[in-house]
Formats: sequence, structure tokens, C-alpha cells
Amino acid sequence: MRASAERPLNFLRKHIGSWGLIVALIALPAYYGIRDLTHGYTNNVNGHEVVHHNLSLLGFNLIEGLSNGAIWALIAIGYTLVYGIIELINFAHGDVFTMGSFTSFSLWGAFGLTAATGPLGVILGLAATLIISMLVCGTLNVLIERVAYRPLRNAPKLAPLITAVGFSFVLQNVGLLWNGGTEFGIPDLLHQSASVFTVGGVTVQRGTILAIGVMVPLVIVLNWFVNKTSHGRAMRATAQDPEAARLMGINVDHSISLAFMVGGMLAGAAGLVYALYETNIWYFQGFEAGLIAFTAAVMGGIGNIRGAVLGGLIIGCIQQLSDYRIGPQWTEAVVFGYLILVMVLRPRGLLGEETREAG
Amino acid sequence: MSELKKQIQEWQAAFYKRVPAAPRWVGGKWSRVLLLPLLAVLIVFPLFFTQTSTFLDTTIIAIAYVVMALGLNVVVGFAGLLDLGYVAFYAFGAYAVGWFGSGFFFNSHINVLSSSPPGAIGIHLNFILILVCAVIITSIAGIVIGLPTLRLRGDYIAIVTLGFGEIIGTTAVNGNGIHIGSGESLTAGNLGISPLDLPYFPVIGHFGLLGERPWYWLILLIALFVLFVARRLRDSRLGRAWIALREDEVAAVSMGIPLVKTKLMAYAIGAAFGGMSGVFLADFDQTVNASQFQFTFSIFVLAMVIVGGLGSIWGCVLGALLLTYINYYLIPDVFNNVPHDLGLNFDLTDLNIGIFGFLLVIVMLLRPQGLLPERRRRMELTGEAPAEHPELSEPSSESVTL
Repeated sequence: MRASAERPLNFLRKHIGSWGLIVALIALPAYYGIRDLTHGYTNNVNGHEVVHHNLSLLGFNLIEGLSNGAIWALIAIGYTLVYGIIELINFAHGDVFTMGSFTSFSLWGAFGLTAATGPLGVILGLAATLIISMLVCGTLNVLIERVAYRPLRNAPKLAPLITAVGFSFVLQNVGLLWNGGTEFGIPDLLHQSASVFTVGGVTVQRGTILAIGVMVPLVIVLNWFVNKTSHGRAMRATAQDPEAARLMGINVDHSISLAFMVGGMLAGAAGLVYALYETNIWYFQGFEAGLIAFTAAVMGGIGNIRGAVLGGLIIGCIQQLSDYRIGPQWTEAVVFGYLILVMVLRPRGLLGEETREAG
Repeated sequence: MSELKKQIQEWQAAFYKRVPAAPRWVGGKWSRVLLLPLLAVLIVFPLFFTQTSTFLDTTIIAIAYVVMALGLNVVVGFAGLLDLGYVAFYAFGAYAVGWFGSGFFFNSHINVLSSSPPGAIGIHLNFILILVCAVIITSIAGIVIGLPTLRLRGDYIAIVTLGFGEIIGTTAVNGNGIHIGSGESLTAGNLGISPLDLPYFPVIGHFGLLGERPWYWLILLIALFVLFVARRLRDSRLGRAWIALREDEVAAVSMGIPLVKTKLMAYAIGAAFGGMSGVFLADFDQTVNASQFQFTFSIFVLAMVIVGGLGSIWGCVLGALLLTYINYYLIPDVFNNVPHDLGLNFDLTDLNIGIFGFLLVIVMLLRPQGLLPERRRRMELTGEAPAEHPELSEPSSESVTL
């Protein structure tokens, strides 16, 4: 390539890199917002069609998207922690999330929680379920690391990828034997679609409050843990340079286990929230959720916790808009289309730093 | 620091020395002597089975997967570009048969040397022509998918290729809603395009639905061709450029290797192999069904390449045969009754994916470098030339062996 031909291209590339992405991300909601205002949308009110010209539907889509995205964000953090520390795409993570849903569902049965249980019982039961589900998934994730990834620490880079896939299959099979091969409805403990309040024509449902209400405190605690505690500092040091960290007296194996523990716990929390929010679970849910959450982690800049949260929320919104406006059968293609766009425009992800890997 | 590093390297070396290397005859000079008898055995192999044998059926699928694995090996093994969307090329290959070898485009009446009667609705090209079409389509698709990944490194390539694979899979599922021309759609979605033209060759005649043997010989021919091409490519200028890029991109580019061209060639060639195998598999299954083009397929083929030994041609062959036999024959057919014989009340098919996953874990834990690792990688891992290949301790022009 000649230098003279490269210069305008570089100029263009630089500006596309910083602004193109924002334009691309705003394009979808902006398009549908303007269309709602100009063409209007029909809504079924008390049995007859009413045409509206406002942004309420868009607002509702985005709120739903954020709550959906909160679940993806929780799973995405697990991917990003593990990738940041040992550069492994942990394919089994989505299935750990499934195990979180299944554990929660079984615990409800054990606690005797049904849709008719009173509010106090539900809250206490769910708090206990949340803690147990988080512990189960965290421990499961640590065990998988111990068995399948640790012996391969010095092996060729793709070997742990295959053991991760192997464990993903094993966990799917466990789920298949546990609750059968079809999607099944579970008790709607929170009556999640009940409206809590309405702001400017946008109804906020209980499920939304739940998803955001679980995600935000967990992310704040995680942020505190990673940035302020000595264990968190050890984890960050290990992510930056395992060998130097080892020389500084950090127990690298311990740090890695901790990353898996934290990631698994968040996946367990996500599993419970997903079960409450969707009220439909099955053994294969983790596969799709894993793909979406990994996409979210990459979109936000893999290795970056805030990036994973941001990526999760954005993907949740894209997903909801696509589900409502384009058609749910195309959602996967739309999400991955956006991913490719992000990668082309900004290869290191939204909040990612220039690293060895992302040139 | 250097002492600790040395210690770690020593431990690594000790770790890999405990694992036995590939048997001596693999890749050695004996392989040339063994080649002809092996070929003869491969050719007469189907005569030992009935035309409808399940084992023969699985073998045919296994050889088709060998072609797939060899194609993915070009991208992942030689060029070091982790491709998680390989299913896209299977889809394109399969749709090449669906589009050009069936009555799917019912407004056209094109017939070029095919088995269907003249004037039949749809486009009916000869099998060879369909193969050529598939190679062209998939090569272009490979380049298009490769383009956005050129600036990316490492696992970012993986996620972009994965995205493309999923987009193409989704499009295949929803393609019955995309209308091109009057009444014709892009794909038949989950209903599937069926039946497809059976392969027809002017002198040999028609293939039958029930006779498995001609299919075996056809895929064997394709596989041998692809094996030959893959081997020659590895030792060619292009192959060395791929390996150089894989080992150190910056160094390779500064030595004058054209980055864009070399990477895109890897994508195109890998895709073309996948397309050829896709054509065969679709025609053998007699349906092009969108539900076949799942992410799991990409993972299955990647597992073959890695279990066999990344970058190793014979490793790919072994990995593909092994995993296909395990998944399609041993677990569902052979061992299915074992639990009943042991007095347990369940079918092994319920545990199918679990056993498969468990085996993947075990194989990788026991042989992290793959069953038949590439020589170059084995040297890297042990830090020295393996004892049975002393000629590798210095670069020699004679290290071109099958």
C-alpha cells in the first residue's frame, strides 16, 4: 500500500472508529422511534385497534431490553473474567447458567414455593434460592476449572477450548436427564408481567425491577471486590501478567479459581433471574444465552467488566427491538450482524483497551 | 526470573515427554511403502459389507467429515485463524445442490448432463458441475467472511466467524420467507429441499438410493483429492506463508509475506473443501434442511481437528474418523444395549452428548497436543526435535513426507 493512498483512508477509519459505532447503535431505536411518530403503531386496547403516535412502545421495548440485557450482563461478566485471566472462551459457562436455573427451580419445589405463596414467603424463599444457586454454580465452575482447564494450563491454546466444549455437552446431558428434553413452564412466582408503575406511558413490570435490582447490586459488589480488596488486586495482577504475579507471591491458581467462582456465582444469579423472568426453562437455554453473553462480552471489550455490562445491556435492547419490530426469527442474525459491525468499526470492543490480542 | 522461567520450561518439557509421540511409521518413510496396499484396502473395503450396511453408511459420513476437517485444518491449523463458523460452508455447499440439483427453482427448466429427464422443472446440473459451483460459491463466501477479520487477532476472529455462521444458519432457517423471483424462495427452511438429484456420471451411470458402495467410492475419491491438495499446499510456498503468519504475524509481514492475500487464500481454500463435502453430505442425505446448519456442527468439526492434532493432516483424518464413528456408530448402535445387558433401565442414547463430551475431555487431558500432532508443534512443545525424527533438528529440504 502506498502511503499517499493510505492517508485519507486512515483519516476516515479513525472517525468511523469513534463515531460510526455510536451512529450504528443509535440507528435501530432512532429509526423505529421516528417511524412510530410518523406512521404510528396499532395497539389493541379493550378489543379494538388504536393507532398511537408516541414513543411509548419504543420506551417499553428499551426497558424490556435493559432487563433482558441485565441477565446477559451477569453471564457476560463470567466470560469476561475468565477470558481476561486465562484467555479461554469458556464454552461451558452457558450451561453453568442453565444449572443455575435448574437448581433454583428444584429449590422452589423443595421450599414449597408456588405462584400462590404470600409475598414474605416468596421473598425469603427467593433470597435463600439466590444464595444457594450462586454457591452451587460457583462451586461447579471451580470444579470444572480444576478438572478440565488447570491440567491444560501449559498445553496448546485450543486444548482447553475443547475440554470446555466437552463439559458443555456433559452439563447439557445432565440437564436433559434432570428435566427432560423440552421447554417447560415453571411457576410465575413474582407474577413478573404485573405492572409496578407507569412513566410517560411506559409500563415497568416486576420482572424488569427484579432483573435490574439483582444485577446492579451484584455488579457494584463485584466492582468493589475486584478494585478494592486484596483478592481482587491479585486477580487483576494475574490477568495482567501471570508470571510476574507469581513472582510477587500471588497464588495464581487461587486467583484463577476465584475468577471462576465469581463468574459461576453471577451465572447462578442470572439463572434464577432468568427462571423468574421468562418462566420457561429447558436444558438448552444456556447454549443460546452463552452465545449471546459471549457476544456481549466481546462487544464491550473482552476482559473488561464494565464493558461486559454495557455490552449485555446493548445486546438486550437490540434483541428486544428485533423481537418486536423485525421478527423474533431474525433476532440472532441481527445480534450477530451488530457484533460484526462493532468488530469491524472498533476491533477492541466498546470499552476495551489496546491489548496484545486485539491489535 | 530467568531461572524460574527455565524451571517452568523444564516442567513443561517433562509434562510433554510423558506423553508418547505418534508412532514411528506415521509420516516416516514407511508410509510411502504402505500407501499402495492401504489404497487397495480402502477401495475394496465396501465389498465386505452389504449395500445397506449401517457401518458402511457411517464410514461414508466419516469420510465426508474427513474432508470437512481437512478444510477447517487449513484455516485453523495451518493459518492459525480460529474459525467457529465453519458450518456456513457446509450450508453453502448443501444449498449448491439444493439450488442447482433439484426441482427447487420451479420456474426454470435447465438440464445439463443430469440424471433427471430433460424438461424437468428446476435446475439440474451434473454432480461435477455442482461441485464446481459449490467451490466457487464457498470460496467467495470464505473471502467475504474473512475480510472483516483481517484487522483482528486471536479469539476476536473466532467470534466474528461464529457470527457469520449464525447469520447464515438463521438465514437458511428463515429463507423460505425471502422471495426471489415469482413464487420462488431462497431456501426451504426447516421443511428441507428434497429430493435431490442423484449423482450421475456419463459412463458409470446413476447412483441408487439403496446402493451405498458407489457413494463410498465417490467420497473416497473426493477425500483423496482433498488430502493430496492439502498435503501439497502445506509444503508449498503458500503453506509456509500460512505457518509463518500463524507463528508470528509481525515477523512474517516484515519478511514480505502478503498478509491480506495469504489469509484470504486460507479462508477461501478451507471454505472450498467444506463446500465440496457439503455438496456430498447433502446429496447423500437427500435433503437440504436448514436445521442441519447449527453452531454445534462447527464445534464438532473443530473438535475433530483439535483432537487429531492441530495442523496435522493425518491427525485430522484420524480425528474425523474417530469422532464420527463414536458419535454416529459406537454410541447409538454398538453400545446402546450395554445398560440393558447390565440390568440398568435406560437407553444409552439419553447419554449420547454427555458421553461424547466426556470423551472429548478425556482425550484432551491425556493428549493435549492431539492424537497425531504436527511435527513442528511437537518440536515447539518439547523444545527439541523428537528422537525419532533426528533430521528435524536442522532444517532440511527433505522433510517432505506424507
